[in-house]
Amino acid sequence: MKLGKLALSTAATAVVLSSLLTSPHALAQAKEQFFPVLVYRTGAYAPNGTPWANGYVDYLKLVNARGGINGVKISFEECETAYATDRGVECYERLKGKHGGATVFQPLSTGVTFALTEKAPVDKIPLITAGYGRSESQNGAVFTWNFPLLGTYWVGADVAIQHIAKKLGGVANLKGKKIALVYHDSPYGKEPIAVLQELGKTYGFEVQLLPVAHPGVEQKATWLQIRQQKPDYVLLWGWGVMNSTSLREAQATGYPREKMIGIWWAGAEPDVKDVAEGAKGYSALTLQHGAEPNSKVVKDVLELVHAKGQGTGPKDEVGQVLYMRGLLSAMLGVEGVRKAQERYGKGKVMTGEQVRWGLENLNLDQKTLDAMGFAGVMRPVQTSCLDHMGSSWVRVHTWNGSKWEFSSDWYQADEKVLRPMVMLASSKYADEKKLKPRTPEECKK
Amino acid sequence: MLYRENGQFKTSYAADQQIFPIAQDRWAIVGILVFAFIGVPLLVDEYLFRAILIPFLILSLAALGVNILVGFCGQITLGAGAFMAVGAYAAYNFHIRVDGIPLLVSFLLGGLTSAAVGIFFGIPSLRVRGLYLAVATLAAQFFTDWVFLRVPWFTDNASSGSVSVSNLQVLAWQIDAPVDKYLFCLAFLVVFALLAKNMTRSAIGRQWMAIRDMDVAAEVIGIRPLFAKLSAFAVSSFFVGTAGALWGFIHLASWEPAAFSVDRSFQLLFMVIIGGLGSIMGSFFGAAFIVILPIALNQFLPALGGLFGVTISTAGISHAELIIFGALIIFFLIKEPHGIARLWSTGKEKLRLWPFPH
Repeated sequence: MKLGKLALSTAATAVVLSSLLTSPHALAQAKEQFFPVLVYRTGAYAPNGTPWANGYVDYLKLVNARGGINGVKISFEECETAYATDRGVECYERLKGKHGGATVFQPLSTGVTFALTEKAPVDKIPLITAGYGRSESQNGAVFTWNFPLLGTYWVGADVAIQHIAKKLGGVANLKGKKIALVYHDSPYGKEPIAVLQELGKTYGFEVQLLPVAHPGVEQKATWLQIRQQKPDYVLLWGWGVMNSTSLREAQATGYPREKMIGIWWAGAEPDVKDVAEGAKGYSALTLQHGAEPNSKVVKDVLELVHAKGQGTGPKDEVGQVLYMRGLLSAMLGVEGVRKAQERYGKGKVMTGEQVRWGLENLNLDQKTLDAMGFAGVMRPVQTSCLDHMGSSWVRVHTWNGSKWEFSSDWYQADEKVLRPMVMLASSKYADEKKLKPRTPEECKK
Repeated sequence: MLYRENGQFKTSYAADQQIFPIAQDRWAIVGILVFAFIGVPLLVDEYLFRAILIPFLILSLAALGVNILVGFCGQITLGAGAFMAVGAYAAYNFHIRVDGIPLLVSFLLGGLTSAAVGIFFGIPSLRVRGLYLAVATLAAQFFTDWVFLRVPWFTDNASSGSVSVSNLQVLAWQIDAPVDKYLFCLAFLVVFALLAKNMTRSAIGRQWMAIRDMDVAAEVIGIRPLFAKLSAFAVSSFFVGTAGALWGFIHLASWEPAAFSVDRSFQLLFMVIIGGLGSIMGSFFGAAFIVILPIALNQFLPALGGLFGVTISTAGISHAELIIFGALIIFFLIKEPHGIARLWSTGKEKLRLWPFPH
C-alpha cells in the first residue's frame, strides 16, 4: 500500500513537474539561427532515419566549427517523430516557436510533409523536402513554402524509365514490356504512379502495381505475383526494412537483381548490407550523390567535428549514402540562410520568411560547391521563384556486394513530360484551396 | 469538509435522478465548463491547443464511443480505428461532392455512415462474443484500410492517396485559428458527452448493461439482444465516426489511411480499459492518460536530465518514454483494475468522510 501510494504520488508530481518544466520559454534571444531537427532514431525506420539525422546534425556542427553563417552560430534541437504523422506534427508545433523561431523544417517523411504543407504558409516557415515530398510542390507559384530541392519522385520515376530504355537500347524497345512497381503503401510509395502510367501510355509499356503494407516485412504474396507474371523490370519504392526484405525475396524467388532498380531511398547501405552478396547487381537511383567517403566535406567533418569528440554517430558511417543525404539537406538549409543574409544583412539572424527568399534565389555554382567541399558530390543547383526544385540530375549506382559504385552517366528528367503534370496537379491544388498562384511580378518583391 | 452533502434534501424524483445529485459536483462541473470555454482560450498558447488539447478532446469523444460499446454493452471491439476512418472519409466525400453542404451536416452524415457500417460489422456479435468478436471486428479494421487505400473514388482520385481539406466554416464562423478549432471540438464533446450520459441512464443504457452482465438472463427478462447489441454498435460507431471526422478535418487537415490504422484501434481500447470500463468520466481520464502522458514524458525527461547536467539522446528519451508509459499502464491495471475512474470515485467517497476516511 505504502509503495502504491508512493508510486501514485510520484506519478502525480511527475505530471505537475513536467508541465512546469516544459512551459514554453518565450525567451526571444534571437542571436543564433535555430534549426529544428525532426528525426526518427526509433521505430521501424530507424536504421535509415538515424544516419540521415547524424549527417544533418554533423553538418550543422561543422558550420559552427567553421565559424557559423557569416558569424551567426547555429543552434538546433532534435525531436523524435518515429515516422508517425501525428508525432511529426506535434514536434513541428513544439519546435516552431523555440529559440526565436524555426528557420526551416525538413521532416524526412512524405506523410508529415503533406500535413505540414497546410501549416507552413500560416506560420511562414519554409519546408525543404530534398528528394521526397509532394512532387507538384516544385511549382513555387502555388507551393510558396515547399522546396523539393534536387529532385522529386516524379523525377525519379522518369529517370528510372530513361535508364531502363537505355539498357534496352532505346525508348522504342519499351513497347510491350512489363514494369512492376513494388511500393510502400503510403503517399511516399504512391507518388511515382501517376508518372509511370503516363509514360506507360506514351511508350506502350505496362505498369504493374504491387503495394506492400507498412512496415514491409511481409512480401511473400508480392513476390509470388512477380514470379508468376515475370515483369521485365522491377522498380522498388521502399523505405527502411522493406528494402532489404524485397532483396531477400528477390533472391529467394530468383528474380535477377540486375533487373531491379530502386529509388534513392532504396539505395543505401542499410538496405543492402545484410543481404550483401545476394543484392549484388542491384541498382538504385541516386539523388546526385552516392556514398562519398573521399569528398572534402566528409574529411572536414571528421577533422573538425569527429576528431574533437563531437561527432553525432559512429565514425565509420560518416560518408555513407544516407548520411550524405542528411548532410546535403542541412547544407541546402544553411545556404538558404546564407543567401538570405546577402539581401537582409550579413551576420544577422534570418526569419523564416527571409530564408524563403534565400531558398528561392539559391544559386550554388561549381566554384561555391568546390569551396564548400562538395566537389564531385553534387552538381550546381539554381532555384527560382517558380521552380523550387532547382535541379533534376540523377545518376545510378550499383551494389557490388560490398559497396555502392556509380554505374551510369548523368540523366536529367524530361521537363516536357513532367512540367505539364506539375502544372496540372498544382493548379488542382490551388483550386481546391482557393489559392491565387503568384505572378512573376510578385516574385520580384 | 467542503465536499459533504449534509442538508441537501431531495424532494422530487427529478432532483433524485439528476446527473449530479450533489450540489458541489454541479458547481464543479459548471466551473470546469466555464473554465474550458472561457478560461482556457485566454490562457493557453498555440502549442498546447494544437498538440495536446485538440487531440485530447477528439480522442475523448472517440473513447466515449468505444466505452458505450465495450464498457456498457460488453462487446469488445478492435475496429474503432476503422469506424473513425469511415467517419472521416464519409464526411470528406460529402464535403467535396455535395456543393454547399454545411460542415456540421457533413460531419453528422459521416457519423451516420459510420453507424451504418458499425451495424453491419456488429452483426457477428449476435453469434460470437468475447475474444472471437474482437477478431471479427478486426476484420472491419483491415477492410476499411484496404478500401481507403485501394478504391480511388473515396480519396477523390488523389494520386498519393492523401486527402486534405481547408477553409472550414460553420455559418459565418471561420474555423482557422487553433482556438476556434478547440472551441469547435469542445462544443461537440460537451453535447455528445451529455447525450452519452443520458443514454446510459435511460432504458436503452440499462438494456446494454443487462446484456453486458449476462446476455442469457437479459434475454429471459425480455430484452432483445438483436436490438440492444446493434443499437450499441450504431451509437458507438456514430460517436467514433464523428470523432474520426473531427480528427481528419480539424486536427490533421490532411490525412491518409495510416492515420486510422489498427494502432489507433488499440489505442482507443486501451483508453477505455485504463480510464474505466462503463464510465463516462473514465473515457476522459483514459484519453488524457494516453494522449498527454507520452508527450509530457518526452518533454519532461530531457528537462529532468538537464537538472542533473545529463543530456539524454533523442533515441534514449524515446525508449524511456515507452518503458515508463508501459510500466505505468501495468501499475494502474494492478492497482485499480477498474480503471482511473474508480480511483476517482474512491477518492470522492473518502473526501465525503474526511478527515476520518476508512
